[in-house]
Amino acid sequence: MTAPIKHTAQSWAERAGTTSFNEASARTRLELLLDAGSFVEFIGPEQREVSPHLRIFDLPEQFDDGIVVGRGRLNGSTVFVAAQEGRFMGGAFGEVHGAKLIGLLRAARQIKSIPVLILFDTGGVRLQEANAGELAIAEIMRAVMEARTAGVKVIGLIGGRSGCYGGGGLIAGCCSALAVSEPGRIAVSGPEVIETNRGVEEFDSRDRALVWRTMGGKHRRLLGAADVFTDDTVEGFRDAALELLGLIEPFGLDRLKAEQVRLADRLRSFGACADAVDIWAAEGVAHAEMVPELPADQFIALANNIGRTSRDAR
Amino acid sequence: MEDLSFQHKARSRAGGSKQTAIIGVVASGNLEVLVERVLPGVECRLEIKTAATGFGEVWDAVVADFVERHSPGGLKFSINDGGARPDTVSLRLAQAVRLIEENGQ
Repeated sequence: MTAPIKHTAQSWAERAGTTSFNEASARTRLELLLDAGSFVEFIGPEQREVSPHLRIFDLPEQFDDGIVVGRGRLNGSTVFVAAQEGRFMGGAFGEVHGAKLIGLLRAARQIKSIPVLILFDTGGVRLQEANAGELAIAEIMRAVMEARTAGVKVIGLIGGRSGCYGGGGLIAGCCSALAVSEPGRIAVSGPEVIETNRGVEEFDSRDRALVWRTMGGKHRRLLGAADVFTDDTVEGFRDAALELLGLIEPFGLDRLKAEQVRLADRLRSFGACADAVDIWAAEGVAHAEMVPELPADQFIALANNIGRTSRDAR
Repeated sequence: MEDLSFQHKARSRAGGSKQTAIIGVVASGNLEVLVERVLPGVECRLEIKTAATGFGEVWDAVVADFVERHSPGGLKFSINDGGARPDTVSLRLAQAVRLIEENGQ
């Protein structure tokens, strides 16, 4: 028996505060991230811009090709948004999916003053679209850098079920700043890929604790790969996006050089560590082995003590 | 993949004034329903693309039951199905009607 669905009396703000970003659909994330009722979609599902490739493989299409793009308002200011649907083909980038994000970034580059929020939820390139998907990743990376060069702030929000892997991890690395939650994972090669190529001794993909402390949100925040850590609610990501919009500074060659220095320092400092716990201990985290157990508020306090990525990098 | 199409006459036109609504995602055991207010009078049409072939009779029964319960006159439903069970299909169709009957543009 399916019970009839009743509209709860919860307000938009209450729903944003209680809805798990991780579990919500791409459309629900946008509805609750942006000011209530402000979202306007570009190339919506009614236009049926579906993948030209999936039919060849006898696979089902989705009307929005797994990504929702448009504009809305965040605390009254206009932002561009793109949200991947991680449940449709693992949120993977195909030709149309990628083109929608490229178009959004190019529009932002032209307008200059409107920031872009990318809600990543992806396993990487959609293998059925092979070269078209790989090209999309390269074009998006270029579009992100060109938008940033024109003065656009490009923020990645990472907390979806599919994480942010493959080409998604590369694009995230190009963003002005990233916010991440505990279930958010950021990497290029995923656990299974590493195990397949390098063996189980190198990486046991079934060891979930290992996966999370190597690629998960807490580690990415402590390592400086993500700028802000948030609890897993849509409101948490909304607050994180607002915070980051206030932090991001102008982008240019000096910043890229500073980022290079930061990454070189990181490799020098932690390159010999065999496990994420060793890195946390080397950073001065007391009881580093307890980090995975910490509730979000305690972890945020700890991360704030460790400090944030230096402002001149990224 | 299999394409199915069903045409019905509902008892009455669906309420509300929204032109389109969408619910669900295409994943294993799930489906998306795009509903558009584009048909005249009490006509109702469902166009389905499903990954699970050979279930035309089940779809026929689920759709007939849905039209009887919700009377979605004037609505066209476009469905991408990843092999959802009949109860999930019924739920998504009901959600789609409720969404397009809500207030809004």
